[in-house]
Amino acid sequence: MATYRPCGTRNFSYKQDMAIIRNPFNWAALAIGLLLLFLSPLLFSGVVINLMNFVGITIIAVQGLNLLTGYCGQISLGQSAFMGVGAYIVGILATRYNMNFLLALPCGALGAGLVGLLFGTPSVRIKGFYLAMATLAAQFIIPALIANPLEPITNGSESLRVPAPQIGEFLFNTPQRLFYIIIPLTVLLVFFAESLSRTGIGRAFVAIRDDDLAAEVMGINVFRYKLTAFFICSVYAGVAGGLWAYWLRSINPDHFTLTESIWYFGMLIAGGMGSVTGAVFGVIFLRILEHFLLDFSLFLTCLFPGFASTTGLQQALTPIVYGLVIVLFLVFEPRGLNHRWEIIKASWRLRPFAY
Amino acid sequence: MDAVLQFTVNGILIGGVYSLIALGIVLIYKSSRVFNFAAGEMVMFGAFFMWTLLDYLGLPLIASLLLTMFFTGVVGLIMERLAIHPLIGQPLLSAILVTLGLADILRGVAMLFWGGASERLSEFLPGKAIFIGNIVFPMDLLWCFGISITIFGALFLFYQKTAVGLAMRAVAEDHQVAQARGISVGKIFAIVWFITGIIAATGGILLSYRIGVTQFISLISLKAFPAVLLGGLESIGGALLGGLLVGLLENLTGGLIAPWLMETTPYIVLIFVLLIRPDGLFGLKRIERI
Repeated sequence: MATYRPCGTRNFSYKQDMAIIRNPFNWAALAIGLLLLFLSPLLFSGVVINLMNFVGITIIAVQGLNLLTGYCGQISLGQSAFMGVGAYIVGILATRYNMNFLLALPCGALGAGLVGLLFGTPSVRIKGFYLAMATLAAQFIIPALIANPLEPITNGSESLRVPAPQIGEFLFNTPQRLFYIIIPLTVLLVFFAESLSRTGIGRAFVAIRDDDLAAEVMGINVFRYKLTAFFICSVYAGVAGGLWAYWLRSINPDHFTLTESIWYFGMLIAGGMGSVTGAVFGVIFLRILEHFLLDFSLFLTCLFPGFASTTGLQQALTPIVYGLVIVLFLVFEPRGLNHRWEIIKASWRLRPFAY
Repeated sequence: MDAVLQFTVNGILIGGVYSLIALGIVLIYKSSRVFNFAAGEMVMFGAFFMWTLLDYLGLPLIASLLLTMFFTGVVGLIMERLAIHPLIGQPLLSAILVTLGLADILRGVAMLFWGGASERLSEFLPGKAIFIGNIVFPMDLLWCFGISITIFGALFLFYQKTAVGLAMRAVAEDHQVAQARGISVGKIFAIVWFITGIIAATGGILLSYRIGVTQFISLISLKAFPAVLLGGLESIGGALLGGLLVGLLENLTGGLIAPWLMETTPYIVLIFVLLIRPDGLFGLKRIERI
């Protein structure tokens, strides 16, 4: 990995060099962090847990986008459409075929992956901005297909109601119970993304991002790896979509719009492209900001009554905040929150010497 | 048969407006290699400005037309100065993504000031629908088409015959060479964004005249993206042809096969364009050198 160790920290074996969790302190922090995370349903109210579930789902979707865009350098503006594919496959399997969620979720992920593969094929000939346009087309075509020709099985613009997931007799029907499906999956998939970025596949992605011609000359099968990236990205989207279906219990083509896709991009930019921790930071930052916008617009309507309705204000402020975050981060901090975090860590380690 | 002809007429006439919006995108792309994803929102702003000036404030028609164009141009100018300009020298990807952010901001601001409600412009275009055989030429569509083509022609002349147009073409060709000849590239960028604002305002006025003043206009305007790619990103003539083709195809498929295809056909066309001829009909072939 490209992170530089501080002076005096040496690795004495390959295993040590490759370790993600490097020392007892890291292990302890991880254990305590995970313990606190999994105890949080006992500590917090339903609203907080619901928000955490939402954040978890979004982290999965953005993590997929990060693998595709941050590591492999291919822009996708269709992440939320692929989420829609996953959500609808899971929803249909659960409602019409009564399938258990342990089976439906992988089916949804795989289905979304295959659709992603389909829309990734233009990357044989086109790249960069042109590919963004192809995925933009996917973003418009997929919800239209779900809403219209597939209406008999998807209920079209009427929402599709999804039953609560179930293992044996145990129903996951409250936010607290769903938490134990969503968050472990999130942790697992984040860990998988971090590991993948350190394998040969991950390095091939980075090579393609930095210069696809050079990568090809070095013997990397560019097309194959691009498709792999598309597939993995869409599988992540499919898992996120499936969880979304179980989380909201009612899905509608209108949930999966271009705006959502762009906001996932905004989260990625805010966190820092091409870093797994960055994507997590970005999602948490923006989702919490979004959550507090509701309170903020309530406050504003109390302050200036008669100016606008609370929901109207919230609907107006949310895109403004997302847009501002995208613009300001691109102009002032293109490497995102993760870069700040690295600086803070480094300055703590190097204290009291600045260099 | 009449139905086919009718949809053809409607498609080509509305396609004129798509061409106009596509032209704005092409102009910016030609001069700065930035694809303006906020084009739809600029068009929407044009529509909202027009409604505010003409119907809300009750200004005379000519004054509100000119002021709408000026204000939308200023919006374009502000966008360029605050967001695009600082990103010169950064990867192109950032400049493209920043326009996505700008689109979000514009949408939010429009929501803040005008709300989600739908308004109607008062009718100011004279004339009645023309009948030829069984085919109707709706008056508003004829005006849309006529005005779009006029603006197209005017801009073409501006590009070919004036000094500023020449400078714009020089910048489109090569920034460094243009700069060496004493052309201020930054100034040209600003002019281009201002002109794009004016074009977007025209498109917004025409579209809102037909479908009403709503946030929905920005989505309709997104159909200019397939038009641009179909015609080729660098080609002004391509934008015209692309817009007309998109209008034609969406009306034919939407009218004859299924209504939902109306919104989707342009993007299906887009996928095929990208697969078969990524540079569009008249775009420049991209050559990669090592």
